[in-house]
Amino acid sequence: MDSTVLTSLTDGAVGPSLEKARTGIPGLDQITGGGLPQGRVTLVAGSAGAGKTLLGLNFLVAGAREYGEPGVLMTFEESADKVAINVRSLGFDLDELVRTGQLVVLAFQVDPSEIIAAGDFDFEPIFAILADAIEQVGAKRVVLDTIEVIFGAFGDDAIVRSELIRLVRWLDDRGVTVILTGERGNGDNNSLTRHGIEEYVTDCVIVLDHRVSAEISTRRLRVVKYRGSAHGTNEYPFLISAHGFSVLPITSVALDYGASEERISTGIARLDHMLGGGMFRGSTLMVSGTAGTGKTSLGAHVVNAACQRGEQALMVLLEESPEQVLRNMRSIGLDLRPWVEAGLLRIWAARPAAYGLESHLAVLAQLIEEEPPSVTVLDGIASLSNGIPGTEVNTEVTSIVARKIDLFKSRGITSVVTSLGQGEDVSTVSVSSMVDTWLLLRNTEANGERNRLLFVLKSRGTAHSNQVREFVLTDHGVELADVYIGAAGVLAGSARVTQQAAERDEERRLAEELARRRRKLHRSIIEREAHLVAVQDQLEAERTEIDRIGLREGHQVADTEADRSEMAARRWADAAPHNGETL
Amino acid sequence: MSEPQPANDWTGAENDEQWDLCAYVTDNSPKGQRAIENLRRACEEHLAGRYQIEIVDVLKNPRRAVADQILAAPTVVRRLPAPIRKLVGDLSDSDRLLIGLQLRSSGSQHDDC
Repeated sequence: MDSTVLTSLTDGAVGPSLEKARTGIPGLDQITGGGLPQGRVTLVAGSAGAGKTLLGLNFLVAGAREYGEPGVLMTFEESADKVAINVRSLGFDLDELVRTGQLVVLAFQVDPSEIIAAGDFDFEPIFAILADAIEQVGAKRVVLDTIEVIFGAFGDDAIVRSELIRLVRWLDDRGVTVILTGERGNGDNNSLTRHGIEEYVTDCVIVLDHRVSAEISTRRLRVVKYRGSAHGTNEYPFLISAHGFSVLPITSVALDYGASEERISTGIARLDHMLGGGMFRGSTLMVSGTAGTGKTSLGAHVVNAACQRGEQALMVLLEESPEQVLRNMRSIGLDLRPWVEAGLLRIWAARPAAYGLESHLAVLAQLIEEEPPSVTVLDGIASLSNGIPGTEVNTEVTSIVARKIDLFKSRGITSVVTSLGQGEDVSTVSVSSMVDTWLLLRNTEANGERNRLLFVLKSRGTAHSNQVREFVLTDHGVELADVYIGAAGVLAGSARVTQQAAERDEERRLAEELARRRRKLHRSIIEREAHLVAVQDQLEAERTEIDRIGLREGHQVADTEADRSEMAARRWADAAPHNGETL
Repeated sequence: MSEPQPANDWTGAENDEQWDLCAYVTDNSPKGQRAIENLRRACEEHLAGRYQIEIVDVLKNPRRAVADQILAAPTVVRRLPAPIRKLVGDLSDSDRLLIGLQLRSSGSQHDDC
């Protein structure tokens, strides 16, 4: 029950659901809801070199290889040999398919100078040739590339036109799924193809576009029309690579990814601590800072930590070559080479200028598709703008980076994005709202040296440190050190070391001072105690003296009395007037 | 309508040259029959005794059409003398037929008119 509802929602088909022929181009099958209309004719229009032929070939090769649907290629552009050679570099072995009876290649070269029109004609041979080839391999797919060359070559375009309409109808009736390619018109008219053949193809029209804006080339695909089926209407970037044709149906940032509670280490213990225990798995960390602040080193740490956990990691370098980064990281004690050799770490280096923005994204998506990494570092996104100022470029770059981040998040890949930027506000690529954690590395210049400071500008879902740390690159990796806040501001580098020394000195001086004062007081106490003893001695002595005086007084009276009585006795004196008498 | 014009007859100079022509037609279509008729007439007129015409039915032999790079019918190919020329159509326009096969130089067209 549920699946029925879902199917009708995604297909959006009116009436009986439309049979679809998968193109084998994952992104294209996604935006068309399963492929091209089965048994119908699809027009693929685009300018020269837009990739029409390749799309058609991809369709044929996938049909033959994966879906058991043999095919017929009728090309008016090149010889059969040339076609085979051209697509061999893309991994298509047409000869093999021809040998095994899964493909017929019919190559025609129409040379108008060789043809003289002389009267009424038709294209019955094309019908006969196609019918024969379809029968020969039991073809379910046919590509006509580019049939428009027959215009002009045979003189009477009215006949060509009516014959072409007849051919499209005939193909529709054959029940084969057909791709017609058409050259994009360059006139003022709004027709998609030079000769307006989209008018005869009513079921599905796809337009390929290859444009260059500010030196950045982007290939895009758009499904203009798809009768009876819902389809993505945006312009989607696509890529022609060694793996053929691929379309990326990522244009908006869907906010439906899960949120992990798991923390993973950045490889820098103190940074983990500052972030409240590490990054959330699947989150995006942006490191911005000026040149030479150690952004890449930080990214390398995260990668190193992932590899140490035995997880797959991917480093995307936009500014340096892999060898350069490996060497530079070794100089700070991070040897990433063993991880590369163990197959845990893949490093992809490409200047975006070499691919174009969209293609860069597409290649990245492919790398992730091939072997999903657990951690990805995207190093140097500012260079995506190719050094070209201008809001238009920045808008493009921002959109690309946003999509890359979205790509990471949708796959649950923890990512580190490094960007050249001046500060909190001046970031050339404004994707700060997309990232979960934003670290700022800043150079401070003082006392004739530059030092790196690290700030945590934001970290979603985390009580993070508000402290500034000094970011020190040592020969054993990155270390974070406390900084000193002095009268002249934040101190880092040798100023920090000086400050540490000065503080040690100050402590020592203080300690000595205290010791001195203690000693002095001790001395004083001893002195005063000695004095106190002396005074007490004196006091004692005086008390003793007083006692002695008292005693002596007593004795003296008694003696006097005694003496007097004795004298009286000797003198025979009367006892009477006792006290009135003086001597 | 056109009489032999020895002064402008391109073939007049080399009368021993053999002509090898091939007509690609579809089954018994009227266009194809017309083309063959027109071609034969012109050949009889200008190349009597030194031409041969092969007729290929494309519907019966589509792979010949592929090999010979035939997309439209009727098509007449002058295989010899070189260079190869292709005429497409029922050859109802005899001027174009003669010019196309170079049985008459295009300059003589003005004489005819």
